[in-house]
Amino acid sequence: MFLVCGCIPESFGGHYRVTVDPAKLLIACEEPASAAILVVRGGTIKRNELMPQLFHRSANSAARISILAVVILATLGLTVVFGGVRSPNFTNQYLIRNQPIQFSHKHHVGDDGIDCRYCHTSVEVSATAGIPPTRTCMNCHSVLYNNVGYLAPVRESYSTDTSIQWVKVHRLADYVYFNHSIHVNKGIGCSTCHGQVNQMPLMFQANTLQMQWCLDCHRNPEQNLREKKDIFNMDWKPGPDQAEKGKLLAAQYNIRGVRELTSCSTCHR
Amino acid sequence: MNQREFMDEHNHEHHHVQERGELRILSARAGADVAAEAPLAKHALDLAAVRGKLQARAGKQYWRTLEELAEDPHFTELLQREFPRQAPSEWDEGVDRRDFLKLMAASLAFAGLSGCGLPPRENIVPYVKQPEGLVLGKPLFFATVMPFGADAIGLLVESHEGRPTKIEGNPDHPSSLGGTNAFAQASVLDLYDPDRAQLTTNFGDMRSWSQFLDSAQAAAAAIKSTEGAGFRILTGTITSPLLAEEIQGLLKLYPKAKWHQWEPAVSDGGREGAKLAFGRYLNTVYRVEKADVILSLDSDFLAVGPGNVRYMKEFFRRRKLTGPDSEMNRLYVVEPTPTVTGATADHRLPLRASDVELFARALAAKLGLGGGASLPGAEKWIAAVAADLQKHRGSSLVVAGEQQGAEVHALAHAINAALGNSGVTVYQTEPVEAQPVNHLQSITELCADMDAGKVDTLIIFGTNPIYTAPHDFDFATKITKVRNTIRVSTHFDETAEYSQWHIAESHFLETWGDARAFDGTLSVIQPLIAPLYATHSAREVLAAFSDKPGVSDYDALRDRLKAANSGADFEKFWRKTLNDGVVANSAFTPVAGAAKFSADSLPPAKTIPADQLEFIFRPDPSIYDGRFANNGWLQELPKPVTKLVWDNAALVSSKTSEKLDLAHKAASRGGEHGQIYSPVVDVSLSNSKVTAAAWTLPGQADGVVVLPLGYGRTHAGYTGTNRGFNAYAVRVSSALFTATGGTLKKTDAEYSLACTQYHFNMEGRKILASGTLEEYKKNPNFAHEEDEQPDKSVSLYKPQDFPYAPDKPAWAMAIDLSSCNGCNACVVACQSENNIPVVGKDQVMRGREMHWIRIDRYYTHTPSETDGGHSGDPSEYSPALDNPETFFQPVPCQQCENAPCEQVCPVGATVHSSEGLNDMVYNRCIGTRYCSNNCPYKVRRFNFLRFQDWETPQFKLLRNPEVTVRSRGVMEKCTYCVQRISNVRIEAEKQNRAIRDGEIVTACESACPAEAIVFGDQNDPNSRVSKLKAQQRNYTILGELNARPRTTYLAAVRNPNPEMEKA
Amino acid sequence: MSVAQPPINHPEIRRLEPVLAPGHTYETVTATISDVVIKRPLGLGWFAGFTLAFTFLMVLTVAVAWLIIKGVGIWGINVPIGWGFAIVNFVWWIGIGHAGTLISAILFLLNQKWRTSINRFAEAMTLFAVACAGIFPLIHTGRPWMAYYMFPYPSTMGIWPQFRSPLIWDVFAVSTYGTVSLLFWFVGLIPDLATLRDRAPHKWQQMIFGALAMGWRGSARHWHRYQSAYMLLAGLATPLVLSVHTVVSFDFSIAIVPGWHTTIFPPYFVAGAIYSGFAMVLTIAIPLRKAYGLEDFITMRHLENMAKVMLATGLIVAYGYFFEFFMAEYSGNKFDVFLVDQRLHGPYSPYYFALILCNILTPQLLWIQKVRRNIAALFVMSLIINTGMWLERFVIVVISLTRDFMPSAWGRYSATVWDYATFAGTLGLFTTLLFLFCRALPAIAMAEMRELVAHTSKDHD
Repeated sequence: MFLVCGCIPESFGGHYRVTVDPAKLLIACEEPASAAILVVRGGTIKRNELMPQLFHRSANSAARISILAVVILATLGLTVVFGGVRSPNFTNQYLIRNQPIQFSHKHHVGDDGIDCRYCHTSVEVSATAGIPPTRTCMNCHSVLYNNVGYLAPVRESYSTDTSIQWVKVHRLADYVYFNHSIHVNKGIGCSTCHGQVNQMPLMFQANTLQMQWCLDCHRNPEQNLREKKDIFNMDWKPGPDQAEKGKLLAAQYNIRGVRELTSCSTCHR
Repeated sequence: MNQREFMDEHNHEHHHVQERGELRILSARAGADVAAEAPLAKHALDLAAVRGKLQARAGKQYWRTLEELAEDPHFTELLQREFPRQAPSEWDEGVDRRDFLKLMAASLAFAGLSGCGLPPRENIVPYVKQPEGLVLGKPLFFATVMPFGADAIGLLVESHEGRPTKIEGNPDHPSSLGGTNAFAQASVLDLYDPDRAQLTTNFGDMRSWSQFLDSAQAAAAAIKSTEGAGFRILTGTITSPLLAEEIQGLLKLYPKAKWHQWEPAVSDGGREGAKLAFGRYLNTVYRVEKADVILSLDSDFLAVGPGNVRYMKEFFRRRKLTGPDSEMNRLYVVEPTPTVTGATADHRLPLRASDVELFARALAAKLGLGGGASLPGAEKWIAAVAADLQKHRGSSLVVAGEQQGAEVHALAHAINAALGNSGVTVYQTEPVEAQPVNHLQSITELCADMDAGKVDTLIIFGTNPIYTAPHDFDFATKITKVRNTIRVSTHFDETAEYSQWHIAESHFLETWGDARAFDGTLSVIQPLIAPLYATHSAREVLAAFSDKPGVSDYDALRDRLKAANSGADFEKFWRKTLNDGVVANSAFTPVAGAAKFSADSLPPAKTIPADQLEFIFRPDPSIYDGRFANNGWLQELPKPVTKLVWDNAALVSSKTSEKLDLAHKAASRGGEHGQIYSPVVDVSLSNSKVTAAAWTLPGQADGVVVLPLGYGRTHAGYTGTNRGFNAYAVRVSSALFTATGGTLKKTDAEYSLACTQYHFNMEGRKILASGTLEEYKKNPNFAHEEDEQPDKSVSLYKPQDFPYAPDKPAWAMAIDLSSCNGCNACVVACQSENNIPVVGKDQVMRGREMHWIRIDRYYTHTPSETDGGHSGDPSEYSPALDNPETFFQPVPCQQCENAPCEQVCPVGATVHSSEGLNDMVYNRCIGTRYCSNNCPYKVRRFNFLRFQDWETPQFKLLRNPEVTVRSRGVMEKCTYCVQRISNVRIEAEKQNRAIRDGEIVTACESACPAEAIVFGDQNDPNSRVSKLKAQQRNYTILGELNARPRTTYLAAVRNPNPEMEKA
Repeated sequence: MSVAQPPINHPEIRRLEPVLAPGHTYETVTATISDVVIKRPLGLGWFAGFTLAFTFLMVLTVAVAWLIIKGVGIWGINVPIGWGFAIVNFVWWIGIGHAGTLISAILFLLNQKWRTSINRFAEAMTLFAVACAGIFPLIHTGRPWMAYYMFPYPSTMGIWPQFRSPLIWDVFAVSTYGTVSLLFWFVGLIPDLATLRDRAPHKWQQMIFGALAMGWRGSARHWHRYQSAYMLLAGLATPLVLSVHTVVSFDFSIAIVPGWHTTIFPPYFVAGAIYSGFAMVLTIAIPLRKAYGLEDFITMRHLENMAKVMLATGLIVAYGYFFEFFMAEYSGNKFDVFLVDQRLHGPYSPYYFALILCNILTPQLLWIQKVRRNIAALFVMSLIINTGMWLERFVIVVISLTRDFMPSAWGRYSATVWDYATFAGTLGLFTTLLFLFCRALPAIAMAEMRELVAHTSKDHD
């Protein structure tokens, strides 16, 4: 058995083969100092001095730590990324956007108790729930608050026959074909996706609207099914018996199986 | 289609909107405004503003005014459109903003592993007052008609929040019966064509409509003083009573005024033939369904000409086989060059166009109608046909071609009469044309008058004489002698160049009007949308010269109908008419009196020496006489037989090609489908020359050179300008459709043509099965000879990998090849329904066309190279190509149950739906193209570049909001119109019922005038598709691959005449 | 080169000429090799070569940038031919990437001494080749930013990649191979890095090499661990050599395309890979030894051995070609029969014959020892074989696609300037890295060479 020392100064012409009693050698090699002493050539032993240290001692610990650091940073990075794309900052959840008119669902739905369908007329029949034309606003506001300043845009729109430009709150990607009517007709209530609108002074997106979130329901619709009468009930919450109730409702609405509901073409065209 | 009840109010809405002269569009997608539609809405306003500003100024200042206006972004966009539109080209754009954004998106994606950045701010722009009956997110269907020559095709137009997006046939309309053709399908693209003229101009300067009205009235005064001596109107064929009434009104007002007509692609033969046979102009209507034996004398009645869609329906209804015991009609075609009608024929005889008359005479002689003519070489054929016709007296039919002369038509009438077909399979009515005249005479007179300086004011619409008039008339110089020319057209075209005034014409989807169908049925043209630009109808322009200008089309139309239908409750009648799309029983009644005509009365026929080349002019199958030249869908539509796109070519027969060494060769780019180098030839004819690319066409009569009309336009627009060669350039009045004495000289030059299918034989593979009725009766299972369909269980993937519950629908399609004649209606319908981009000639030459459904053309009885036969290159001569049997096969995605594409996609972007659809998920696709490589049917299409036009606002209006618009790097393919399936399913589920058979109709199925494509649930034994699949003719392409397609085919069956076989 | 004297009694060395020219001491070995890195000034030749290579590298960046801007439409691909140069190059580079690990790992395990002087740069070459290959799967979609869809990660879409697809297998196979090769190479480098650290004249060099040497002192424990680690990695790398190209071949054999769908692909691809790999090693070794006077270390024996390996693998490849035909005809599958017919008579037959010439006929010259020992001949041969192997991939990938099942959809393929630019670009990347490597790191494993010295000198005593 032989070894080659890595720390012999140039003056000795580089590396030498050392053949000695392994036991001694091993001891000797434990610390560089003595390792440097044991230099053998042709059976003769020469002494020499150590070469200067290149790195400070701390380099060793630095090296060891760096290994740990890489692992930690990697985990941290991934957590940030995967957490980040799910966070409201990314999904715009809870984000309140500036609207031309400070329209309060809380007031109209919560306080006045106006039914969703009064404004969102096509929710039961069409893919889109429908944003009310100005005329709908004027039905009431031609008499109520018909001269308050913050409704000026409504009156202007009506008189000048130019649309109010609302800012979209619930935005699905263009390749997602969501259909309100089928959900509403099959026992999914407004608040399941839109949250408790009756408690929102200003509208915001209550859920992530990410595919995963859609699939949570499409893979297990029972958890969110309600009776017809509760569809437009903003305060509905799944009861403790939702599990079996959901099954009954699923049968009653004859909801398609998971395989059907999770076929790509169910939502993508 | 129950929405149609609401339509009336909606029309009023349109009407009022129109009055206000502005445009309202709502969302392309549920309630949300697609940002880019705003600018368009603004356009209309801008125009109003522009008009206002311009009126405030005097003539001299206009250009300065324009410069002032030029700062306005919308206005600049309105005037300048440089970006690629229907045909994006690969190299013409550098790194622009959009590309930069793409890179940004890339980096963003890298950073966030999200695939998309923060969603852009989108606005919702609701109505102020929502039109009644409009349910957001639900399309409405309105009935209207598309006027086309001496016909009008009944349509139901799908409208999304006021945007017409898709054309369907109107089942209640006699000319459609629910079917459409490629032209009708593509017409919606014409509406949104960004190259359309958008305002009134005078020598190119903008003018307001009112300014035109003033000048028109001033002119009218002058005209009145001369009783209209110098007043002329030049139109195409007109079947609109409303328009005719307007013209007649003017002619009454100005007695000396004249109305001329010029329809370039249709000969006077039909009219004059009727005159010969019946003593006056009459309209001929066929009852194809009643005919057992049909002989076409160079008539492409299944593809073009009045009633073609109707005739297609009727014809193929007689070719549907339910089993070995069912019968078929029989079609003989005599024609110089292969057409879809010829390709459908049970017997086809290629003859030079001029010999067709000899054929007719010989046949007449054989049938004892005098004139002892004979046609050497074809006696046997004629004998067999004559015998067959005789055998089916009263149930046979002879059809003469639109481009044939009066004699042939007269003979056809005579033969039909002699065979007792008159009144049964064919009848005459009063002319559908408002005023039938001999067009050639008519335009000749006009030219003479113009030359003599007799013409002072000339209104031109519905025809494009500078481009289409015979070149010996030299219309261009003569028109300059006219003081005041008013050109009304949708584009600023060749004729507009030579006119003082140009009035931008409204599209038929933008105006009120009426039109008669081939059988005289009257229909109302109702607008689907307010005019996109400051456009006007021809009638408005005419009215401007009348004593009551400014009457809107809407009022004029209602007044006319009121007058015509006095008594009955008009509003009720009006609603019903609009709802049905036809004026109830307005079809003309047959006129009595058989043809009084004997072949003896004919002068001796002039024959052309066999060694002379015969040049014939034919409308192009895709862009007709050139009127559709700027329509990208039609330009990129493979011509049924040649499969050429974006170009026309001088078509020569295989023999001629061999003689003149005109063989073309596949380039290494695209190759067998893509770029083909063809030799350039100089055509010198009637002391004029044109240079064309030559194309060898198997089945063409020897010695015939076809020069397709409609190409080589100089002012068609971005898409259509300078494509192909202009055949009108060598067309003279003395030889409008058949010319001789010309020469064809090969040059050293080569020209690249784009051809989507070059190779024509099947290499002995089980792709298109065909047989004769006899074979079928003998062996109903003939389609399965040497079948190699493996057992279902033979698959690495266990059945439970794709279980299809027997109680749930399993979507499937059956295509009856006996009923397909490759008319292409389905291809355009699919393109329109599924937002399929147009890629342009360069990309097609690279083999990158995007059609989801393609129509393959095969010549059978030509052994493939592997069986020591033909290489499949049409320009290599072989006797088999003199008159090959031609078959067509529409190939959409086969929707395999055991789909090869699915197993190789790394990201699961193409997977099976529970109903057995092979879903393609664009937003999951990363574009490895592995699926396409592994697709044995090669039906997948890839967006190699950004083929979609994301900028042009008009195209945003055009798109179907139900279908994702694919971007670059994404694979796409036929989905069985999954959007239609989903919508129907949702409705059915809401009503807790099963989906009914026939409730889901794919775009191709609904467009198909031959009812060849049937879609449905194969788990339902009573569905039409199951019944078809139950037939023994049913087979799958390349069954041995065990991909188990849901799309299957019914073997083509032809019905040749056994006698003929012997002959 | 000098003849071995005084008489050597070592059996192997007596029979063959030495893998290291005699007369070398530890000092000379270390000096000659390390001086290339730390002493020798950058010569004009190096600069010229590097500049050229770097220019091509820039071509690559341009080509890729344009690709990302415009899309894969800038290439010659179309609908029947969905895969073009990109995949051809991918397979070709991956193939080349085989020799290195094969030499280092398998020959190491087989205790082939002659591998010693070539394994270092063979491994480097492997890494660079894998780097070049790795580019293509990424860019061939035209949308590299979507590539992460291929990895199984907790997505907000709640779906996973499609594990039945060979492309997914590729992702894992190639990345694993790349990682292991890198580790293997680096571990091998450590003692030499230490040597360089000790010999480097400048402080900054010492610091860099020192950091990379990770405190190597050469104590017995270091050596002990080093050797077991090296052994382990060799063990790990060995199966990978076979697996990678097997998986790559699955991309084709799993598909149903005639010309792809055949079970012979895995062995035949691996053989082909080694074939091209060794050819590439030669292509590099011959100029390298000349340029830096390493003839004593990369001796005729090496070259000849590699020539023999090429001959052997070349024959395996030939066998593969033959059986492609045999199976087609034997199975009688009409598509396969048609395909082989197309290979011979189709529009692309010239490519096929060219490939037969390059891969089967020419290499037969290697039977002749004169040729094996003629450096110029070997160099040319290696180039020919590299070309041939590229053609082989072109024939398999592209030509099989031009005429598959539906005659109506048949097409042709012609590469665009961007296809060529991308290919040339990767060659640029490869050579750039090589140029940098041969001046920044010892191209030959000094430590291991010293062991050879040991052997030879042992014979002195």
